[in-house]
Amino acid sequence: MEEIKVRVRGFLSRFFKKHELEDSEDIFSLGFVNSLFAMQLVMFIEKEFSIRIENNDLDLQNFRSINSIAELISSKKSA
Amino acid sequence: MEKAKDERKIKCIVWDLDNTVWNGVLLEGDTLTLREGVAEVIRTLDERGILQSIASKNEYDAAMTQLKKFGIDEYFIYHEINWGPKSNSIKNIAKSINIGIDTLAFVDDQQFELEEVQYSVPEILCIHADKVREMLTMPELNPRFITSDSKLRRQMYMSDIRRNNIEQAFEGTQDEFLSTLNMNFTISKVGDDDLKRAEELTVRTHQLNATGYTYSYEELDFFRKSKDHLLLIAGLEDKYGTYGKIGLCLLECTRDSWTLKLLLMSCRVMSRGVGAVMINLIIRMAKEANVRLFAEFLPTNRNRTMYVTYKFAGFKEVGNNNGINILENGLSYIPPLPDYIKLNVEL
Repeated sequence: MEEIKVRVRGFLSRFFKKHELEDSEDIFSLGFVNSLFAMQLVMFIEKEFSIRIENNDLDLQNFRSINSIAELISSKKSA
Repeated sequence: MEKAKDERKIKCIVWDLDNTVWNGVLLEGDTLTLREGVAEVIRTLDERGILQSIASKNEYDAAMTQLKKFGIDEYFIYHEINWGPKSNSIKNIAKSINIGIDTLAFVDDQQFELEEVQYSVPEILCIHADKVREMLTMPELNPRFITSDSKLRRQMYMSDIRRNNIEQAFEGTQDEFLSTLNMNFTISKVGDDDLKRAEELTVRTHQLNATGYTYSYEELDFFRKSKDHLLLIAGLEDKYGTYGKIGLCLLECTRDSWTLKLLLMSCRVMSRGVGAVMINLIIRMAKEANVRLFAEFLPTNRNRTMYVTYKFAGFKEVGNNNGINILENGLSYIPPLPDYIKLNVEL
């Protein structure tokens, strides 16, 4: 789980460079979500962790923070 | 979705240079002259809003100098002047402009090059240089309408190139960069003058298009005047110039629910966050009008980004109607407006 978080944090830091993201921090409340970022995030997760994000997984709650993204990834990987 | 051949529209022509644009071979020291009719074809296609680029096996500086001498260098964007296979060059051009490869045409005098490109990228329309003078009458190169946006299209892409260069050299994060642009996003009802552009947007937009419905001029005119519909068009400008009219949205309104039948944004503004701003505005309006808010989504092989955009704006899937996903926004969560865009609503 820690290792997944490190990789996700690394990706997100490209978008939130000046801001040290907490694992539980709501990335949507930072007001920076555009179509390109959203799609890049989904594609990063799929490629980096060799999983497929299904339409059902595309719930805001699953992407809200580093913690929730990591939980989504680990649940998909163990499935 | 495959389009019928006669409906196919080309967005970008990729030209070879030697013995295609001009007579002679540059690096063999020939005396070069523009081929008959080529300059007129290039200027006319430009006015029609068709972009033009170059795939030539040549030395970059020498070729650019020659294009300047002929006074036609300004017509081309994302030139690929190098020694690699032309199929690669063409793929790079499509990627740089961010358009589907099936919307490109390639003009060359050498059968070998035409075949190499056609073999690697079968979706491309290949045109032999002998046919240059027939190009202006080809249906694929005749857009149904020429709008004020089509005439400015090359210049808008050129501003994009300037912006992108500045963005790549920018040290801060993406939202810091966006806040330097002084973006102004305007949403208004579709007016008389906007109808052609509105139709053009439904035909040209694939990636950021929720349903892919294309509507004719007449249908859009009907929706514009209908009491049960709201047809909105969005424009964007920043300190580097205008992006033109880049978004369209059709709402079907009943007494207690609104349905987004169409939501599309030009791929040129994908990284600007304006799709989310438009959705945001609709969510606020629906909440204020005290109606339920639905959105239709028809998956294609290109528009997943739009699905993700809806979901990240708080929409959830609530049903499926003949392959069309029906999404609903509970209106409980209203995403914050980014502070780097100034929103003007003229309704």
